[in-house]
Amino acid sequence: MPQIVVENLAKTFHVAERSAGLWGAVRGLAHRRYREVRALDGVSFTIEPGELVGYIGPNGAGKSTTVKALAGILVPDGGRCEVRGRVPWKDRITHVGEIGVVFGQRTQLWWDLPVVESFELLRDIYRVSTSEYESARDELIDLLDLKMLLDVPVRQLSLGQRMRCDLAAALLHRPPILFLDEPTIGLDAVSKLAVRDFIRRLNRERGVTVILTTHDMDDIEALCTRVIVIGSGKILSDGTLAELRARVTRERWLTIDLADGESDGAIDDPDVTVIRREGQRVCLAFDPQRVAPAELIRRVTSRHAIHDLFVENPPIEAIVARLYSDAPR
Amino acid sequence: MDGFTSTILPYRAILSARFRMLLQYRAAAVAGLWTQIFFGLVLIMVYEAFYRSGDAPKPMALAQVVSYVWLGQALFAMLPWNVDGEVAGMIRTGAVAYELCRPVDLYWLWYARAVAQRVAPTILRAVPMTVLAMLLLPRIGLGEWRLVPPPTLASGVAFGGALLCALLLGCAITVLLNVSLFWTIAGEGIVVMGAAAVSFLSGMIVPLPLLPDWSQLVLRWLPFAGLVDLPFRVYTGHIAPADVSGVLLRQVMWTLVLIGIGRWLLARGMRRVVIQGG
Repeated sequence: MPQIVVENLAKTFHVAERSAGLWGAVRGLAHRRYREVRALDGVSFTIEPGELVGYIGPNGAGKSTTVKALAGILVPDGGRCEVRGRVPWKDRITHVGEIGVVFGQRTQLWWDLPVVESFELLRDIYRVSTSEYESARDELIDLLDLKMLLDVPVRQLSLGQRMRCDLAAALLHRPPILFLDEPTIGLDAVSKLAVRDFIRRLNRERGVTVILTTHDMDDIEALCTRVIVIGSGKILSDGTLAELRARVTRERWLTIDLADGESDGAIDDPDVTVIRREGQRVCLAFDPQRVAPAELIRRVTSRHAIHDLFVENPPIEAIVARLYSDAPR
Repeated sequence: MDGFTSTILPYRAILSARFRMLLQYRAAAVAGLWTQIFFGLVLIMVYEAFYRSGDAPKPMALAQVVSYVWLGQALFAMLPWNVDGEVAGMIRTGAVAYELCRPVDLYWLWYARAVAQRVAPTILRAVPMTVLAMLLLPRIGLGEWRLVPPPTLASGVAFGGALLCALLLGCAITVLLNVSLFWTIAGEGIVVMGAAAVSFLSGMIVPLPLLPDWSQLVLRWLPFAGLVDLPFRVYTGHIAPADVSGVLLRQVMWTLVLIGIGRWLLARGMRRVVIQGG
């Protein structure tokens, strides 16, 4: 039975608009114009227990709105939404006791308190017994390497340290479902890897269902078995990474490093398009069903002196960018 | 954990955390103390001049007015005149989303915050202020301007009850001010107007019995007299201990009404809140 059911979810925001300048501000006092923004426009999906789902889309696509509806913070205008058989915003208090939430751009820790005091406050707010709290805390300290951070006031933490503490804070009550809204935003490479590693272990070893929104396609490739793409409030694609690729494009990329002296040699093969060219390096796109990779390589190498070459799938960024640009506005 | 302990645990935790945090602002309290003594003395001089200048019967004795003024300076921080900076920050940055993710009743969570917000600075100010106004002034020859103890033990006990109810009422109003931030993000407008109205209508600026007769009926039916005027008059004996039940009843009724309004507004605010920043 699915753990999360979302059916035809809709939410429209009315955003007050104001013309620019002083006159616009004055006019805004008397008469407000509102623009309708359809943040969610019939969103449907189901999620089984233990899934690790990436939820991606351009800015303003409705990612956060969906997460907020699932977390019970936001009441949608229409549609159905159930998490573990409960409607989040109707049964808010019971519901939020069974989920963990991290909004990457904000912290739930108390700014002036040492980390461990925030944890103790959350223990009391979630009514976790002392023994359960201690075992959860020690486990999280271990997994996230927090030992050195516990007595540091939150305002003195680096962003990466803070994010690790925020993840721990969201899991002290051992929720079976975790919502992560851009958990790697602004982190350096090492912190990103640590956060990803933790999310993966949490999902694989503890079976925690994770819904992750992100703009970082490396997060998706490293973590997610399933990707839901949303654009302008509508679901554009839902499936595995391979399915997403197959749906959007069959295209494969051939990158070649031309030998010296070949730098202005034009590559004019009817079956390829040149995507970019940087010095000696040329990147070509081709359709493997029109021309077999081996045949294409033979053709190119027979015409040009080549230093090195490799074939790859287009990066997920390129796939997603194409999906976004094809989406109806 | 038994049921009751478990139920109040989150609220108690946030109250004590906020309380400890607010007790750190000792320097502000000490700095405020001198301002308030100065202000109190100026007010008393004005009232003394006013009482000496006319022969018409006065609605309160001068000594009662003097005590009223000092109580006002001592308990000034209990008046619901400002919003919780932490709540304002959360609403501005959108971190209030986390507050909505807690498995607790948000109204009582914010009420617990309000209790800390009203009690902590009051303790920091009330104790030194009372000592100064009651014990120091007579020693420097200003005995006539000192804070005198309640006339009877009964008045003192009745004052304790009325003060507690004033606190509960003030917290309900504080939550209302905090909830108003859902509608006005900057928060300045409503809060500044609210603070001015609360200060004047509660009697913090002028003891309410000294205001014109025509205003008395209105003032009596508004909730604000319960914050300052009624408990202070119980202290000075202007309201007899035998009449205190009526005072408490008015305070409790208003507290319940304002809690009801606060809960309703908070539920609406939560439905309507567009959490800042996407």
